[in-house]
Amino acid sequence: MRPLRKRRLITVLSIVSGLAVAIGLGLYAMQQNINLFYPPSKVSEAPTNVLIRVGGLVVKDSVKRDPDSLEVEFQLTDNEGDIRVLYDGILPDLFREGQGIVTMGKLQENGDFVASEVLAKHDENYMSPEIAEAIKQAEAKAMKRGSEP
Amino acid sequence: MIPEIGNLALNFALAVALIQFVLPLVGLATHRWRLVVLAKPMAITCFGFVALAFGCLAWSFYSNDFSVANVAQNSNRFLPTPYRLGATWGSHEGSLLLWVFTLTAWTFAVAMLSKSLPAMTRARVLSILGGIAVGFLIFILFTSNPFDRILPIYPVDGSDLNPLLQDPGMVFHPPLLYMGYVGFSVAFAFAITALLEGRIDALWARWVRPWTLAAWMFLTLGIGAGSWWAYYELGWGGWWFWDPVENASFMPWLIGTALLHSLAATEKRGVFKAWTTLLAISAFSFSLLGTFLVRSGVLTSVHAFANDPVRGTYILIFLGVVVGASLVLFAMRATTVSVTSWFGAVSKEAFFLWNNLLLAVATFMVLIGTLQPIIAELLNLGQVSVGPPYFNLIFNILMTPLIFLVALGPVVRWREYDLASLLSHSKLALAAALLIAVASTFFSGDMPLIDNAQVALGVFLAAWVILMQLKNWYQQASGPSGFNAKRVKTSYYGMIIAHIGLAVTVVGVVLSSHWSVEKVIRLAPGQVYEINGYTFSFNAINNYSASNYDAIQGQFKIAQDGEVVAELTPEKRRYHASGQWMTEAGIDSNFTRDLYVSMGEQLENSDDWAIRVYIKAFVFWLWLGCIMMATGGLIAMLDKRYRKVRV
Repeated sequence: MRPLRKRRLITVLSIVSGLAVAIGLGLYAMQQNINLFYPPSKVSEAPTNVLIRVGGLVVKDSVKRDPDSLEVEFQLTDNEGDIRVLYDGILPDLFREGQGIVTMGKLQENGDFVASEVLAKHDENYMSPEIAEAIKQAEAKAMKRGSEP
Repeated sequence: MIPEIGNLALNFALAVALIQFVLPLVGLATHRWRLVVLAKPMAITCFGFVALAFGCLAWSFYSNDFSVANVAQNSNRFLPTPYRLGATWGSHEGSLLLWVFTLTAWTFAVAMLSKSLPAMTRARVLSILGGIAVGFLIFILFTSNPFDRILPIYPVDGSDLNPLLQDPGMVFHPPLLYMGYVGFSVAFAFAITALLEGRIDALWARWVRPWTLAAWMFLTLGIGAGSWWAYYELGWGGWWFWDPVENASFMPWLIGTALLHSLAATEKRGVFKAWTTLLAISAFSFSLLGTFLVRSGVLTSVHAFANDPVRGTYILIFLGVVVGASLVLFAMRATTVSVTSWFGAVSKEAFFLWNNLLLAVATFMVLIGTLQPIIAELLNLGQVSVGPPYFNLIFNILMTPLIFLVALGPVVRWREYDLASLLSHSKLALAAALLIAVASTFFSGDMPLIDNAQVALGVFLAAWVILMQLKNWYQQASGPSGFNAKRVKTSYYGMIIAHIGLAVTVVGVVLSSHWSVEKVIRLAPGQVYEINGYTFSFNAINNYSASNYDAIQGQFKIAQDGEVVAELTPEKRRYHASGQWMTEAGIDSNFTRDLYVSMGEQLENSDDWAIRVYIKAFVFWLWLGCIMMATGGLIAMLDKRYRKVRV
């Protein structure tokens, strides 16, 4: 090979391998940072102490504040199963009993969910697709059960 | 009546855009000049009709015409007038009309400001822009008509604009952002024209550069404005969330930045021609992808609207057609425009190459992080989301070398340069930047080593970039007859200011991430909270009413060393029409810190409120840097060589 061509080949090869390494590392980083979504009825299948998202409707009259701190607990449901969520901090403005929210946090050994983030929708007409899906599935199941003799 | 005029104007606009798209291309193919020259008057007429339609929608909002479904759903008679203007683009339908309005405005600008272009090139560019307008006008008229009526029984009052959007930010952020990402359609049209004509040269690059700079400038301001708005409006002090829709605007920005640099190399040295065209196509494709992600509601996002799937499908098909056709054209024609000219491993061309590679990889990483939830769902891998740690990691790794090279790029010569001279040029600035970085660690106080190292790295990079830009400017201005600032070209000033702006933003990002203090506490009126030498006194609670909301206002005095430095009044507002609660943060901003107070809810059975108390370090620099970058773009655009182009 002529020197110029050889040099160009080396340049191209080093760029391509550099890109491959960068993208490989990126994909690896993504593997570590993917957060799976679970509806309350399926949280029991989730691994403990791993960051996951849980979303559902806030159960009526389930929100309890600690009198001395900002700790709060509430129940989430998809009409199929419930889970107790513990959180320390300020709840978003659109957090309401009976409405859909998504929380990010870790499942504990005792089955409680400790949330590090609570997200409510920003638009009243908008429900996050995951919750909509979870509730639809739960309703479909309930219908099926109802129609069975 | 007015909405009907608007509707009619939109239909006319579609007809005119069709003519603008088809006839000039037919004329060019069959050598019928009369058809070719139609492009310009059609572009102007189309803009006129869309502007009329836009005006009609704005008027319907202004005059509270609740028989129009869009107005009834997104406005209210007690909504203050400026927000009624904002509400014009506050819905899916309205924002698409703004999209087309922006597109035709750019097309109009190209038609008016392209006297120096060969007539055939101009006709092709305008025709391609007309084609894009056709696609979006069909979309609006058939799936998202903003003028649909609710007849005969229409509501007496509207259901209100989402209170989050009732903010001056809503008046500025969307138009700026759209000016930016729709603006890349011009570079796209030029790239397609160049591929069709098989001609890409210095002159071509010189035509495209000011348009790309203009779009990039607006996009920079639009993203900056959006980030600032989120910071003060969402009430928890974040300024970037790696939300899919933020990413959707950030990807065209990254590619647009790469395009600016690659265009410079194409203009000056005739290199990277094929790559430059590919970037111009990509920048606009990412804009379309962004439109799809926002409008289809496939991703969970702050910006998502409740939506029907037909709309998403249409945009996806349109995206597929535009991107697919462009890439096929590119594959067929790219070889005809590629010319190889030699450059060394240490040369300005090579630095542009690194800049482009790093920006392209960064864009790709953001893309897969953003689309991962969709991919996982399609592959039945469950519902997933990709969190900020992924994006932050990627950006730390990729932006560090990029910013390091920004300092050196302007110094390096075209074709070939040697490392020894580069080192001798930069060693003083390097030493000074290292010294500043080491000094900064003493201000970091007590923090983990890794954070302290990140602060030092960020400060080093910023100082290194700023010092090298200034040194380079000084050298350019110095000549045999001494120092003369006028010796430096206008576009060069633009570049220096934009690069320094980047460094300023880096300072804002790094220091606000590591030096800020954030506390969430319980506090009752009359109580005091001390943190980092600041005393926050929660003095009282006030109630007041505005035309469309009731507010609970907290009165805070903040003192430092016994002296009052700020009085803040964060609010909770309850909007009448929707009953929705909103948080308004109280912020006192200066050069080195923001004092940020926002109220959560009042806690049951007590006088206590949940309160966020933040001292955000250097956060103002973030947006100052954005403004500087945009200013740099504006100055570069005004360089007189772009106005002197004659064929």
